[in-house]
Amino acid sequence: MRRIASIASLLALAAFALLGGCGKPQFGDAEKKTIASLALNTLPSLKVDTTNQYADVPAAAALGSTLFFDAGMSRDGTVSCSTCHKIDRQFQDDLPQAVGVGHTNRRTMPLAGVARNPWFFWDGRRDSLWAQALTPLENPLEQAGNRAAFAHYIKKRFGERYERIFGPLPDLSSAPANATPLGSDAEKAAWNAMPTGRQDDVNRVFANIGKAIAAFERSIEPQQTRFDRFAIDLATGAKPEGNAAFSPEEVLGLKLFIGKANCVTCHNGPRFTDNSFHNTGVPPVDGLPPDRGRVDAVAQVGADPFNCLGKFRDGDESACRELRFMVKDGPQITRAYKTPSLRGAADRPPYMHAGQFSTLDEVVAHYSKAPPSVEGVSEVHPLHLSERERAALVAFLKTLSE
Amino acid sequence: MASTWRYILAGLGLAALLVGIVAAIYLTLPQSAPGPDLSRSKKTANGLFVASFEPERGVVRQGELQSWLLTLKTAAGAPVEGAAITVSGGMPRHDHGLPTSPQATDYLGQGRYRIDGVKFTMSGWWQLHFGISAAAGSDTVVFNIVL
Ligand code: HEC
Ligand code: HEC
Repeated sequence: MRRIASIASLLALAAFALLGGCGKPQFGDAEKKTIASLALNTLPSLKVDTTNQYADVPAAAALGSTLFFDAGMSRDGTVSCSTCHKIDRQFQDDLPQAVGVGHTNRRTMPLAGVARNPWFFWDGRRDSLWAQALTPLENPLEQAGNRAAFAHYIKKRFGERYERIFGPLPDLSSAPANATPLGSDAEKAAWNAMPTGRQDDVNRVFANIGKAIAAFERSIEPQQTRFDRFAIDLATGAKPEGNAAFSPEEVLGLKLFIGKANCVTCHNGPRFTDNSFHNTGVPPVDGLPPDRGRVDAVAQVGADPFNCLGKFRDGDESACRELRFMVKDGPQITRAYKTPSLRGAADRPPYMHAGQFSTLDEVVAHYSKAPPSVEGVSEVHPLHLSERERAALVAFLKTLSE
Repeated sequence: MASTWRYILAGLGLAALLVGIVAAIYLTLPQSAPGPDLSRSKKTANGLFVASFEPERGVVRQGELQSWLLTLKTAAGAPVEGAAITVSGGMPRHDHGLPTSPQATDYLGQGRYRIDGVKFTMSGWWQLHFGISAAAGSDTVVFNIVL
């Protein structure tokens, strides 16, 4: 009988060890699978962009990099892409709304991993990285230039470099100094007075400027963080060492992010974005013009002559399925904005499309309360998080920046 | 003494077996036990057609634009030609629609229609609703997809 008793107690001990003794496993299998899907090592290699045949040409990327940092690429010679997309600040500017030649209505977007997006801008009003780059160049509040002036400038400053990549520049001697279909009345008149062939010549140089800048931007990729080291160790069963280990608060935050708080429904995959548009009830900013998000962008991307279906695309139309199958109407796209990546977010307040929130605490408080949207319908519902849970979510978000 | 010992061992073995079986059943059970009907082939609402819906490349990938095949047969098993097909859908538990607008883009013969532009941006329960109009009449069918 003593033997039985000792065996029984051994068994009981073993059961204890399994259930509690060595600690409840931190994460269940489903949670582990989700965590693994967020780690940077699952990021696939960058796909070729068939719409831009220069996308992976090093000389094009080098010219693009020069143009990105060149304030000469603006009306008054003071603003470049890098004025707002600062290389040492995750390619953004820490402002609630960007300031170029004028004060804009939206926050500067960081650029890590940007070449992987199907849509560009907070509202997705452009459908390729190269078509996107043309927009700030002519936006009167950003670089405020015009395409005829840019073509002349390229010929004068970078003619040789341009021609080595894109072939001979067109004869621009009869092209006006300033002309664009989108500018001032004088610029529009000058544009309309140009024969179609000349307009095409200028548009071609303009598109190639975008393609060179896009080639450069393809090299801007997200960096590994503490979260990624933690996730890899969790997946391989290794014990996280040093700062790859998560504090109990960070573990709770991660559990909430992928569980009860539903963040991962939209912020998913290794970039923490589903690349889609959602109304999350973020309030508009007093004093800025009305902003309806995606619903107004649909017509703009459809009408853009540099979109995937236009004649400046390289390769064939099979690359244009995002544009072809985009949602064009319906209540879900009113005040819908693109889900931003959360990598590096903790280091670059303020947040949201017009810098509405100045801290991550405010962001998480917004999701906890989930106020209704001023227009359209918010997809997020009140989470009623406790103070401890809100702090845990913020602690977790910080692991994506360290 | 020896026989008591054997009984205990046998009892323990049986218990372990039971636990194993229960665990196996529990683990293989679909996560949302009374969840939606996941069949990829079914009768349309009014029984006019039999519809099947499969990803063209065999696998469903979250976040990728994919093409699927909708195959339509009459109740008698003949392929349905020249059907006009509308597609809608969304996530019933999140009150939102599809992130793309899929369309029937090609007829591939033998009642097979390519439905291109399908994208599932998050894991969970999705629904695709088809409106089908053909010589035999109009009918609808809903497919559930859980990622
Ligand atoms: C005046 C500041 C400013 C300048 C100059 C500027 N940007 Fe931006 N950039 C922004 C703002 C603001 C947004 C978001 C605008 C919106 O959604 O309407 C943005 C968005 C973008 C995006 C979209 C990112 C995404 O994830 O969708 C890219 C790419 C980009 N800019 C690249 C450039 C390039 C290339 C240039 C130079 C040709 C440039 N920007 C010049 C402020 C600026
Ligand atoms: C329904 C989709 C959805 C869900 C669910 C969601 N987000 Fe977001 N998130 C977005 C969108 C869209 C934006 C941008 C909204 C805007 O600018 O108006 C955003 C913005 C953010 C930002 C600001 C990032 C930046 O660069 O401005 C943070 C941080 C964030 N979300 C964290 C979270 C957390 C934490 C949760 C869970 C509590 C969560 N999100 C749940 C879609 C979602």
